[in-house]
Amino acid sequence: MRHLDEYRDPSAAKSLLRSIRRATTRAWTLMEICGGQTHSILKYGIDELLPPEITLVHGPGCPVCVTPVELIDKAVEIASRTGVIFCSFGDMLRVPGSHGDLLAVKASGGDVRLVYSPLDCLSLAERNPEKTVVFFAVGFETTAPANAMAVRQASRRGIDNFAVLVSHVTVPPAMSAILESPDNHVQGFLAAGHVCSVMGCAEYETLAERFRIPIVVAGFEPLDLLDGIHHCICMLEEGRIGVENRYARAVRPGGNERAKELMAEVFEVTDRKWRGIGTILRSGYRLRSEFARFDAEARFDLGALRAEESRSCLSGLILQGLKKPHECPEFGGRCTPTSPLGATMVSSEGACAAYYQYGRMKVAAG
Amino acid sequence: MSRNPSTILKASPTAAIDPTASGCPTPREETEQILLGHGSGGMMSADLMRRVFLPAFDNEVLAAMEDQATVAFPSGRRLAFTTDSYVVRPIFFPGGDIGRLAVNGTVNDLAVGGARPLYLSAAFILEEGLAIADLKRVVRSMREACDESGVAMVTGDTKVVDRGKGDRIFITTSGVGVVPAGRSLSIRNARPGDRILVSGTMGDHGIAILSVREGIEFETVLESDTAPLNGLADVLLEACPDVRCLRDPTRGGLSSALNELAKGSGVGVELEESAIPVRPEVRAACELFGLDPMYVANEGKLIAVVPRETAGRALAAMRSHPLGRDSAVVGEVVSSHRGLVVMTSPFGGQRMVAMIAGEHLPRIC
Repeated sequence: MRHLDEYRDPSAAKSLLRSIRRATTRAWTLMEICGGQTHSILKYGIDELLPPEITLVHGPGCPVCVTPVELIDKAVEIASRTGVIFCSFGDMLRVPGSHGDLLAVKASGGDVRLVYSPLDCLSLAERNPEKTVVFFAVGFETTAPANAMAVRQASRRGIDNFAVLVSHVTVPPAMSAILESPDNHVQGFLAAGHVCSVMGCAEYETLAERFRIPIVVAGFEPLDLLDGIHHCICMLEEGRIGVENRYARAVRPGGNERAKELMAEVFEVTDRKWRGIGTILRSGYRLRSEFARFDAEARFDLGALRAEESRSCLSGLILQGLKKPHECPEFGGRCTPTSPLGATMVSSEGACAAYYQYGRMKVAAG
Repeated sequence: MSRNPSTILKASPTAAIDPTASGCPTPREETEQILLGHGSGGMMSADLMRRVFLPAFDNEVLAAMEDQATVAFPSGRRLAFTTDSYVVRPIFFPGGDIGRLAVNGTVNDLAVGGARPLYLSAAFILEEGLAIADLKRVVRSMREACDESGVAMVTGDTKVVDRGKGDRIFITTSGVGVVPAGRSLSIRNARPGDRILVSGTMGDHGIAILSVREGIEFETVLESDTAPLNGLADVLLEACPDVRCLRDPTRGGLSSALNELAKGSGVGVELEESAIPVRPEVRAACELFGLDPMYVANEGKLIAVVPRETAGRALAAMRSHPLGRDSAVVGEVVSSHRGLVVMTSPFGGQRMVAMIAGEHLPRIC
């Protein structure tokens, strides 16, 4: 924790807050991309400590939130089959599909297991040769390398009773879609540090140039976020565009070459649907044809699943920074973490869940 | 531990009979594993009682083998009665096991009511195939925990379920104790101005269990904090008879206990995040899994709500007890934001600490 405490030092935070106040002369709207950043901002009360001119809006960077309901339905369907061990990261288990979630499948007798690494699924598959082990491969560029590694190892070790249900999404196309929207009011971005640690900053340079905006690569600790906000505000005030890497302890400009090679070997870019937003061109990954035998969607006949989403859920607008969670009429009423209408309320990184968990007091107080 | 006296009494004389000599297919008495017959209420149940439970919890009430325990009870005081079930996996973990947990948990539920715990019962649901040696180890722990907290295990029950229908061993313990005249501790008693104390570091038990369950090792061995709290509660109540409320923050952690207090008393609770003791390794594990120590379980920690005037004395008393060495004042009761728990971060920002919805699940990345 020694290393983390450095990034949570209250006196350094107060000093950064003073710098932000000094630098701010007019109203600015910044978007933090990642749900983990949203979580930290609300947990440490950073949004309340900023000068009133600065508005933080929350981006689409919660992998659980943006996984489309169709994929959840497919996961639920596969997990319900006999002879299947369905594995997932923890916070996907409670995300509602059209008719229930994975925890409900588990309660009904499905073999649904929580794993911490996709590689755990390979040993599970080897120990259970009579079963098919399916891993729900969701997430951004951060989880993709490990998932690619699992598929490649399964291929090399001949573990044919392993498959992945792929729902990978990538960040830059989503940022582009937000900036292209006629309703957009985001003026600067805090890019997700861990995504950049894998992918590097090149794509962000292109985005910054194209949309004439500042993008600051930021980490997840309170001081990382305050420092990122400070730099983004300075760039805005000075009229500078471009990318600043303020998370240099983790992010090299070129990213992680080995991880990128691995992803490129196993995955290829595809159009991907985002929950609540719709299809964004070239915004996701799918398995390359050489690895098609590990594709769970191809292996299981899923028939015609018809997905249904709550009509009253505003998560799509919230994920694009167009609405704040408490502006949703269902927030805290019909939609709570115990009975969520949409994924932004269920994931621990979802903006609605974070507002509910940390910020409902403000709403209650009016 | 069948309490059916007819089967027990009939079983005892047959202990000398060798069933295999008569050609009967009844399993041998001295098995190494739990068999379904150990829950039959017959000879094998009696054997289990004789081999495992009676020697462990050696006391006259239990030895009487009645359908019920009849115990002497101090008069003129109030009775406290509680029950809880324990289904922890794995059953052995650093710092304890399911047996120790089952005794301490029930003792603590009595202690936080201001009661002196006196007598316990234990109901065992055993899975066919459980090693008798493991059962003996669990029962030995229970006996040690009984001795530590000064309670007697006076009655119980045993059932055996088919292999695959249980998870090795489930234990339900119930307990009775007495509350001295004039003492009334309740989550309804908190008043604005009261101070909130905790007896030590938060989240040790939950993270110790998680680390062994998931095979994750930390730089130091993290042990469960399971412990009987009645001794610590006695010390505190003696020094500060005006304690408003005691709670043990088990499942749901500090957050749930304080939310219950805020709602129960119709008050607000304000916490100072930097004042809440958390072990560095627990904090590190929580970072790794995306968990919050505020929601992680404890099994040997006390929350005390005391009037502002006596908070200093209460803190000194708690710190004088080995289980309260790391006690700290972590917050106060306020008249604003009634029913809610609010925490101030080290930067001065405030956030609500709500009750957790569903299971506390590790995050994706």
